[in-house]
Amino acid sequence: MSRPRVFLVDDHALFRAGVRAELGDDLEVVGEADDVEPAVELIGEREPDVVLLDVHLPGGGGGRVVEAVKADHPSVRFLALSVSDAPEDVIAVIRAGARGYVTKTISGPELVDAVHRVAAGDAVFSPRLAGFVLDAFAADPTVTGGATPSFDPELDQLTQREREVLRLIARGYAYKEVAAELSISVKTVETHVSAVLRKLQLSSRHQLTRWASERRLL
Amino acid sequence: MAWSGEGCEHGLIDPTTETPIPPPDPGAREDELAPIEAAVRAFIGQWRRHRRRVWGQDTGDELPQTGLAGEFAGWGGPPGGRARHWQRRYEAIHGSSPDMPAWLVARRHGHRHWWHGPRRVGPLRRSHEDRLLGGVAGGVAGRVGLDPTVVRIAFVLAALASGFGVTCYVLAWLLLPTEGEHSSIASRALHDWRGIALALAVIPVVVVVLVLASALGAGWVGSFMTAFGIGAAGLVLIWRNVGEQERDMVARLTRPLSRLGFTGGGSWRGVVVRAMLGLCVAAGGAVVLLLGSNRAVVRPLGGVLLVVAGAVVIFGPWWLHIVRDLFEERQARALAEERAEVASRVHDSVLQTLALIQRRSDDPQQVVKLARSQERELRSWLFEGQVPGAGDLADTTMAGAVSRLERDVEDRYDLAVEAVVVGDCELDDHLCALVDAGREATVNAAKWSGSPTVSVFAEVELDEVSMFVRDRGVGFDPGQVASDRRGLAESVYGRMTRHGGTAEVRSSPGGGTEVVLRMPRHRAERDQAPAR
Repeated sequence: MSRPRVFLVDDHALFRAGVRAELGDDLEVVGEADDVEPAVELIGEREPDVVLLDVHLPGGGGGRVVEAVKADHPSVRFLALSVSDAPEDVIAVIRAGARGYVTKTISGPELVDAVHRVAAGDAVFSPRLAGFVLDAFAADPTVTGGATPSFDPELDQLTQREREVLRLIARGYAYKEVAAELSISVKTVETHVSAVLRKLQLSSRHQLTRWASERRLL
Repeated sequence: MAWSGEGCEHGLIDPTTETPIPPPDPGAREDELAPIEAAVRAFIGQWRRHRRRVWGQDTGDELPQTGLAGEFAGWGGPPGGRARHWQRRYEAIHGSSPDMPAWLVARRHGHRHWWHGPRRVGPLRRSHEDRLLGGVAGGVAGRVGLDPTVVRIAFVLAALASGFGVTCYVLAWLLLPTEGEHSSIASRALHDWRGIALALAVIPVVVVVLVLASALGAGWVGSFMTAFGIGAAGLVLIWRNVGEQERDMVARLTRPLSRLGFTGGGSWRGVVVRAMLGLCVAAGGAVVLLLGSNRAVVRPLGGVLLVVAGAVVIFGPWWLHIVRDLFEERQARALAEERAEVASRVHDSVLQTLALIQRRSDDPQQVVKLARSQERELRSWLFEGQVPGAGDLADTTMAGAVSRLERDVEDRYDLAVEAVVVGDCELDDHLCALVDAGREATVNAAKWSGSPTVSVFAEVELDEVSMFVRDRGVGFDPGQVASDRRGLAESVYGRMTRHGGTAEVRSSPGGGTEVVLRMPRHRAERDQAPAR
C-alpha cells in the first residue's frame, strides 16, 4: 500500500506532536494547522490524501473545515478525531462530509489502520459512532417513541445486514472480526459501512437532529 | 469527589481579586448636532449589549455603524432575534454551529416565544444580576419565566395608569430580599434602632414648625411639613438599610447632578447651546400651555410635548450617562460572577487533581487513574452539563446505569471501558440484574484478560435488552473453566437465569472473550416507558 499523505488539524500542539509520533513511518505527514482558516488554506495548497481533523477548533467546528475544503478539493478525505462524545458534534462533522470518526484514545496502530482505510475511500466507524447511528436509525417507530417518518424511507432505514455490522462494531469488533463473524468478506463489511455513512450524510436532517438534541438532553 | 479532602491547598484562585472592570467611556457619543440620534443609538447599543450579557452571549461583538437601521438589526422581534441569540450561545458553548434551525435551538432551551425568559427556582427575590432599578422586575420575571422587559413594561404601564405600579414596585423593593440575602430592607429597618431613633428625632422639629406655622396663620406650611417630615424619616431609615451596592448606585446617579447636570465630555459651548435650545423649547411649551388657543386638545397636549422635549434636550445627556453607567456596572458584575463560578469549579476539580498528581508522580498507575476520572468529570460538566460531584440522576435508566458501570470499573481497575448504549429505558429488577451481571463480566475482564480496553455494548429493543462485554485479552477455553473462575458462573449465569435471561460466554485462548447477556423485557415496564 502506498504511503498516504496526512495533514493534522488540532489546536493542541502537544497532541499534534503525539499523533505525528504515533503515525510513524507508515504515513507521510505533510502539514499541520491549529485553526480553521490556516487549515483550509494549507490543505488547499498541499492536497493531502487524508486530513485528521479535531472536532473542536477555536475558530469553529471541524465541520467548517470540511465544508470549505470539499468545495474545491473533493479528493481530500477527512477523519474526525475527538475527545468529545457529544452526539451533535459527531453527527455534525460526519454530515459535513468526514469519512469517519474515532476517539483520541485510539491506539497508534488502530489509528494508522483507520487512516489507510479512509485513504482507500472506506468509512471508519468507532464503536461509539456505530452506537449513535443505531440509536438514531432505530428500526421500529415504537422504539423511537413514534418519531415521524421522513421523506425518503429508503435513505432513513438501515438494512438488516447493515444493522448487524454496526452492532458488531459497537461491540468492539474490528472489521476483520466482523467479517469472520458474519461469514462475509472484509470488502463487504467495508461496503456496508460506506453505505451507512452515505445514508447518514444524505438522509433528511429532521430525524437526526431531533435524535441528537434529545440524546443530549438526557 | 472522594479525594477532595486530601489536604490540597485551597484558595489557589481568588475569584474576587482579578475582576476586570471595563473603564467608563466618557463622551463616546457626544454629537451636539444630532443629540437625538446619538441618544437613540447609544441607548439601543447599551440595550443590545445588555441583552447579550444577560442572555449569556458573547460580548466582543461591536455595533454596526450603518445608521439607525443597523442598530435595530437582530434586536427584539419575535422570534428571529431571540433565536439568533440562542444560536450564538449554542456556538459559544459547543464550538460548532447547531445542526438544526435557530428557532429550534431556542425552543429546545425553553424559549417558546420571544416574551419568555429563563426561569429561576426558589423563593421570590429581587434579582441581583438583572436589574435596572431595584431588581424587582428581574426577580419577578425570573420567577414566572418571562422576559424582564415584559414585566418592566407592565410596571411602567401600571405606574402611568394610576400610580399603582410605583406603589407596588416600592413595596416590593422594600419587602423583598435580594438574591443571596436573607433580610429585606424593611426587616433590617425594623431592627435598626439607631436609625429609628434618628427618624423619631424628626418629630420634635415637625411639631415646632407646626406650632409656629399655626401661630403665624400659615396653615399650608403645616401640611407641607408633615409630609416632608414623614418622607425624610422614611428616607433616613431606607438609606441606612439599603445594600452597599444600591447606595453606590444612588451615589453614582447623583454625582453628575453636582456637575451642573451635564456630562463632563461635552464642551462648555455645547452645554450652553443645548441649554438655550432646551429652554427655548420648554418656554415655548409653557407659553402654549398657559396662553395658547382655547381648543381643548391642542393646548395641553402640544404644551406638554414641548416642555418634555425641552427637558429631554437639557437633561438628555445626563440621563444617557446614568443609563450607560448602569449597564456597564451590570456587565462587570455578570462577568465577575461568571468568572467566580468557573474559577470555583476549576479549583474544586482540575486544580485539586493536578495537586494530587504532583504528589503521586512516582506512581504512574495512580496518576493515570486520577487523570482519567478527572477527564470524565470535566467532560460530563462541559458536554453534558452535569455538575461534578452531584448525584447521578440518570441512574434509574439503562444508559445511566451503564455509564455508572463504566465509571466504577475504570476507577477501580487500570483499564479503559468503552461503553456504547443504544436506546434507553427505565430499570426494573430484572434489568438491574442484567446490569449487575454485565458489571461482573466487565470486572472479570479487567482482572483476568490483560487487555487494556473492554468494550461494553448495551442495546434496548422492544422485546429484550442485550449486553455484550468484550475484551481482546488472553481468552480461555470455556469448556475447561478453572475452579477460580467460579465467580463468572455464579454471578453471571446464576443471576441471569434466575431473572429469566440468558448468558453465553464466547472465548478461545488468545482470541479474547465476549460475554453475551440477554434479558426479556416485561410487559408492564415496556408499556409504561417505551424506549426512544
